[in-house]
Amino acid sequence: MLAVEILGLEKIYKVGFWHKKQKVGLKSLHLEIPQGEVFGFLGPNGAGKTTTLKLLMGLIFPTAGTARILNQPWRDPAVRARIGFLPEQPYFYDYLTPLELLDYYGTLSGVSASDRQSRIPKLLERVGLAEQARTQLRKFSKGMLQRVGIAQAVLHEPEVVFLDEPMSGLDPLGRREMRDFIQSLNREGKTVFFSTHILADAEALCHRVAVLNKGELRGVGVVPDLVAKNRSRFEVVWQGTSAIPAMRIFGNETHVAGDVARSTVSEDQLQPALETLKNQSARLISVNPVGGSLEEYFLQKLGEPAEVPR
Amino acid sequence: MLVVAVLVVSITASFILVGRIAHAFPFSPMEDVLFMSSPEFVKRASLGYSGLLADIYWMRVVQYFGRQHQRDSTEYKALAPLLDITTTLDPNLVVAYEWGSTFLDQPPPSGAGDDAAAIALIRKGIRNNPDEWHLYFTLGFIQYLGQHDYLGAAKTFEEGSRVPGARPWLKLMAAKMLTEAGSLETARYMWQNIYNESTDKGLKRNAELHLASLVVDQEIPQLESVVSEFAGRTGHHPSSWRELIASGLLHSIPHDPTGAVYVLRNDGHVVVADWKKLPFIQKGKPE
Amino acid sequence: MTSRIRAIAFNTFREAVRDRVLYNLVFFALLLVAMSPLLGEISIGVQRVLLINLSLSAISIFGIVISIFVGISLVSKEIERRTLYPVLSRPVGRGEFIFGKYCGLAGTLLVNTAAMTTGFYLALLLMTRSFSRADANILIAIYFLFLQFVVIIGLALFFSSFSSPLLSALFALSMFVAGTFAGDLRAFAAMGHGPERWLARAASYVVPNLASLNVITRVSHDQLIPASLVGYNTLYTALYAAATISGAVLIFSRRDLK
Repeated sequence: MLAVEILGLEKIYKVGFWHKKQKVGLKSLHLEIPQGEVFGFLGPNGAGKTTTLKLLMGLIFPTAGTARILNQPWRDPAVRARIGFLPEQPYFYDYLTPLELLDYYGTLSGVSASDRQSRIPKLLERVGLAEQARTQLRKFSKGMLQRVGIAQAVLHEPEVVFLDEPMSGLDPLGRREMRDFIQSLNREGKTVFFSTHILADAEALCHRVAVLNKGELRGVGVVPDLVAKNRSRFEVVWQGTSAIPAMRIFGNETHVAGDVARSTVSEDQLQPALETLKNQSARLISVNPVGGSLEEYFLQKLGEPAEVPR
Repeated sequence: MLVVAVLVVSITASFILVGRIAHAFPFSPMEDVLFMSSPEFVKRASLGYSGLLADIYWMRVVQYFGRQHQRDSTEYKALAPLLDITTTLDPNLVVAYEWGSTFLDQPPPSGAGDDAAAIALIRKGIRNNPDEWHLYFTLGFIQYLGQHDYLGAAKTFEEGSRVPGARPWLKLMAAKMLTEAGSLETARYMWQNIYNESTDKGLKRNAELHLASLVVDQEIPQLESVVSEFAGRTGHHPSSWRELIASGLLHSIPHDPTGAVYVLRNDGHVVVADWKKLPFIQKGKPE
Repeated sequence: MTSRIRAIAFNTFREAVRDRVLYNLVFFALLLVAMSPLLGEISIGVQRVLLINLSLSAISIFGIVISIFVGISLVSKEIERRTLYPVLSRPVGRGEFIFGKYCGLAGTLLVNTAAMTTGFYLALLLMTRSFSRADANILIAIYFLFLQFVVIIGLALFFSSFSSPLLSALFALSMFVAGTFAGDLRAFAAMGHGPERWLARAASYVVPNLASLNVITRVSHDQLIPASLVGYNTLYTALYAAATISGAVLIFSRRDLK
């Protein structure tokens, strides 16, 4: 079963004084996400990622198109009991404590009182907020609020979890924890749909990604395939400036800092380059792949015209 | 530190200034009345809180009256308009009609001395509160003592006596109006009833004073006739009460109801020692 | 559904309490205390009347201010701060949300009014040293005041479902003022001709009939309030509130959240 099917969802805003001008929030989007997948929704700021999520959550209404979640019409209230949502920069009632907030949200999601009682403390521990369970949210830092956010998104054990920029506001440790959390959610069998503009996270976590720009879908694909589509290049770092003239035959720029030099070569040039260095008695310091990353795919897709929807 | 100093100085100075302003331009309800000359307008502007506003206006009436009274003023110009506003805001504020008409009716400097306004106010009160027998009584009182309109008073007392809960003596007053309106006895009867009825200390005291002055009004002519008899017999006025007692025309030294001795004057008139203590006497006032 | 509405209502009440809305009770208490020495001094024979008028007018004004100013922010604050997102992404209908908010605020005002009523009766007891049957009559007036709050919260909610907090406050306040003149509007309509007549007539029906809900002056003179008026007012309030809430739900259900 498909977890999410987006069937031509569109959101065009009418702006201006007479509501005549049009502003595109999302152009007719078609997307399918099978269950159990971790799906990354990429794009620069203003691409329409949040618009898509708000449409799916029923917070705003589409000007065209529909969607299905877990094979039900997306606005069906019954469906919303089976999905979780973490908004971008979440705001919660700051006069409540995490305990109270989760209890309240749990009631709204239909979690029974006994389940709430047993799950909430464990959940708070899982997200590392056990100590602040009774502190009012107004005293929480951004990172702590983000943890509350993820907790409320999974409290009712949804099958699909939607996260809007889950890493925002987190320090590196928090980001790592969030990554681990997403992976654990996936291991539990949940489908995770998250939007981000941090490509490294998408690369690390997602089975598939989509790239969105200016409200249009630019590309969809499995991460390894997308990455492999680009010819990869390698950066070679060595010690021994005497080798520089010899390396120049590879026709690339060489950067020098003291006795250390750095040069970029293509994949098929790699072996000959390493041989050259050996012949020149230069000391190899490191060889690293550069480009051929999601970043390149991403930047490329931003420049291309839009993919025609199926 | 400078900021603290500014704060303290400005607060203190503004307090002082408020006192000065209040002193130089005392709150005058006349302006109030001039600005809001239409009681109906005030009622509309009160947005449903007219009862509270009526109470506030009533308090202003009392304060205004008290202030003018203290100054021994003869002017009570704002009284009638203020009372009109008060009773339009709350037509059932019976106390405003009762006391208001008293304030209006009493002769200056005790009151405005405006019988017509007092009667108009009471009639308004009766229109809006036809079951308050006390209002009929007040109207009858003004007609009887203030205007000497005995026929009108009789009618009023009669109407009032028919209101459920009215005192039986109202009916008697109606009868007395028609027969012995001018007599001191009638007046004494009324004031005695008022004294018995009143729970308010002020009203009781007032009735007491009236009763006392009635006693004086009765005794003065009696004493003066004794003095004339003495003058008739001896050819000269008595110089003291002892002379009269010695002549056998008097038993003992006469005291007025306050306990002070009546003053015997050379010209044969008898007056009270302290007129201030017996404000309602008609006779025996030292000129 | 009812458990969700109950949860939303309770949370709204909790928010009001933690936002210190109930502190207005302190001012009310101070008012009563400050007033008591005045009572004996200034007025002649109106002590009880004044206490009733002042207390009930204060209950009315405090309540109306809270109804309007908390009412208009009930929805707009949540939209502005985006605290609505995690709520509406749950199986909570937009109508449930509005109705729950409404009940929460009405409940807050019920608690507030009950506390003030207790304070008032204490003051009355201190003044008169005993209770009379007429004192129970005053409860009816206070019940009517509560009905006023119910109406005004509905109006505030309705306006705030489509306009900014400032405009909503102005609209709600205007409706309150116009409502106290409902009787005059009807009279004006009866006298007028042509378009003014229909306009005034329409207005007199649209604005809430607050005049019949204000019996403060009457109970201050211990006049009895007929049971038929109690019945009529209760029914009217329920209908008016239902209309405004339905309007609010309809508008809010179609609204894009920012």
